[in-house]
Amino acid sequence: MERVPILKIGEILFVSIQIDLQDDSVIRLQEDLADELGATGAHGVLIDITAVEIVDSFIGRMLTTIGSISRLFDAETVLVGMRPAVAITLTELGLSLGGVRTALNAEKGLELLNGKS
Amino acid sequence: MDELPIQSGDDVVRVRQFVRNAAADNGLSLVDQTKLVTAASELARNTLVHGRGGAARVEVVKSANGRVGIKLYFTDEGPGIPDIELALTDGWTTGTGLGLGLSGTRRLVDEFELTSKPGAGTSVVVVKWSR
Repeated sequence: MERVPILKIGEILFVSIQIDLQDDSVIRLQEDLADELGATGAHGVLIDITAVEIVDSFIGRMLTTIGSISRLFDAETVLVGMRPAVAITLTELGLSLGGVRTALNAEKGLELLNGKS
Repeated sequence: MDELPIQSGDDVVRVRQFVRNAAADNGLSLVDQTKLVTAASELARNTLVHGRGGAARVEVVKSANGRVGIKLYFTDEGPGIPDIELALTDGWTTGTGLGLGLSGTRRLVDEFELTSKPGAGTSVVVVKWSR
């Protein structure tokens, strides 16, 4: 199982998903992020999915869960870089990713998160 | 026709990659490729989790009017689905997901056929046509 690295930049945890996600990797990411949020007190999580070719119902649910967990640590999650084909497919699948904020790219996502502090 | 085992999470990733390549090689648009690969991911996970493992087959097919399509078969010998109509309803879930797996998958493909009997496994066949 491959792990997704989490980088702490200032008050923000930055996650860029560059692997073909399998379920175990997503569950692990969720656990690692919870640990990091608890350890660092970061106020934002930026998840970059520019390289992610598909988001199915399991991955989508996990992204929503990460958003909920972050909120319990007083942190906000912003999802950035979704491919147009992924957005169309997610909508048709019936997933709305409720509770997770989105931004067009990492730069706009950072602005969103930094506006909070 | 190629047969791929589905016995682990790695196998699910391999099925996705194989379907992606088959769809791209046969002229499906990027959106249609993404829909088909997402459908394959849902169905492969069902085969692994609910069917206790099985196999996927990928076939390139041609319609009467010359369109090319990708046909996917997912088979397992797991416990089967007692109520297929219910399983295809939005929101129906075994408790591990959002209940969008099967019903959502059906919306992503052009043809969808599910056969299942309690105790005799499940088979799902889907087709996505190039436009």
